[in-house]
Amino acid sequence: MIIFENVSFSYERSKPVITDLSFRIDDGEAVGLIGANGAGKSTVMKLLLGLLPAEGRITVDELEVNKQNLSAVRRKLGFVLQNSDNQMFMPTVYEDMMFAPLNYMVSREEAEQRVDAVLERLGLQGLKYRHNHKLSGGEKRMAAIATILAMEPEVILMDEPTSALDPYNRRIVINAIRELDQTRIITSHDLDMIFDTCDRVILLSEGRIAADGPADVILRDRALLEANHMELPLSLCSRE
Amino acid sequence: MNKMEKALGELGAMDELASQDSPVHRLNAAAKLLSTIAYIITVMSFGKYQLSGLIPMLLWPVLLFQISGIRVSTCFYKLRIVLPLVMAVGLFNPIFDRHILLRIGGLAVSGGVVSMITLMLKGVLCLMMSFLLVATTPFDTICAAMRQMHVPKTLVTLLLLTYRYVGVMTEELAIMTDAYHLRAPGQKGIHVSAWGSFLGQLLLRSMDRAQELYSSMLLRGYHQHFHYAPVRPFRTRDALYLMLSVGLFIALRLVDAAQLLGHVFVR
Repeated sequence: MIIFENVSFSYERSKPVITDLSFRIDDGEAVGLIGANGAGKSTVMKLLLGLLPAEGRITVDELEVNKQNLSAVRRKLGFVLQNSDNQMFMPTVYEDMMFAPLNYMVSREEAEQRVDAVLERLGLQGLKYRHNHKLSGGEKRMAAIATILAMEPEVILMDEPTSALDPYNRRIVINAIRELDQTRIITSHDLDMIFDTCDRVILLSEGRIAADGPADVILRDRALLEANHMELPLSLCSRE
Repeated sequence: MNKMEKALGELGAMDELASQDSPVHRLNAAAKLLSTIAYIITVMSFGKYQLSGLIPMLLWPVLLFQISGIRVSTCFYKLRIVLPLVMAVGLFNPIFDRHILLRIGGLAVSGGVVSMITLMLKGVLCLMMSFLLVATTPFDTICAAMRQMHVPKTLVTLLLLTYRYVGVMTEELAIMTDAYHLRAPGQKGIHVSAWGSFLGQLLLRSMDRAQELYSSMLLRGYHQHFHYAPVRPFRTRDALYLMLSVGLFIALRLVDAAQLLGHVFVR
């Protein structure tokens, strides 16, 4: 369970990015974090990951996100970066997938089993020994997700998982996200993807929660979305 | 594809060469590293006029190229930028050292010419062996071998991350160069007036990406300790390889094999 209690953050004192944010995400929930550019979505992710210092209290399974607990907290969280190139820094997919389990003192044999299991689950066996620099954009994104799944995190955070993907690869990524059973927090401007993958949506506006509720309700609210510089998902527009 | 992207591709191609399979690839990385160091020390220890003694040292890399299945031409292609610099090292020797060292038929050869060729050959040999090490051993494995040899952790991690970040910086440079040329058609290179801002932007962008990469490592449990790929165990054949190579280098250093061979035919 993730709890944000009165969390605030600012890069400069005069310009708060996040203001008095409070919400709770239960285990197994799939939550879409949406909002216009600069609304604070990525900052919320970074605060949760302990990459930025927060004012207020953030807890993950009752562990407060602070210096003392950082390692334990991060072990529970898997973060898929927006730019897969920034995530995949080892020469091959296999080595990248082994990186996290070995850091968490999982034995090499068990780590290899995890890698094989994840690749099989995502249907990516063919990528195992491929060199990262030779992967296509879609393959790289799937491999980035695989590296995180090999960590066996309890919560998966994704920053724009479908950005810069063609429709075919986008669909593959969406299907992969839908099949995950962990708690998921996804930030994106791709509201169709959020509609497909999330049960709940938190809409951020200027660092505050503008709406929090079922995806089916919030993503159908044209007035709310337009007031926050967004539009109805295309799939819902065509049904109107 | 611009020059930077090609460079990036070549960096990746080195990783691919290193992941091939051959008897040389299968050797223990520490054995190869030690043998390479011994080779370089031996080559560098030759005197400036000991050209004939140095020539047989070519045998070892040529033999390794044959066994590893890597083409010598690949080596020279990859080293094409560094080689001219190495070759240029002794370029002025013939001007400063003019005393006649030997005569070939009626042709007088000065000490400067011999020392220049010796220096060039030394450089080429050392580069060839270094290339062979990197082309037959993944960089991570070389780092792991260095750790086995108790090279300080900080130094090894620094080497490994530098190797990784070279790729990151080259990628950024490729993107920026493309963006520049798209708005400066027909211009060769980057104009001097743009160098300052270009380099500044490159530094800032590389730092941003490096920071993002480092965050990604931290979020996956990195704590200043790399778990290197397992190094192949040091077996009898590795010991044999090391002893044979070092023995050969010492023998070739002590005995001028080329001169000896010459005496067999010419008395």
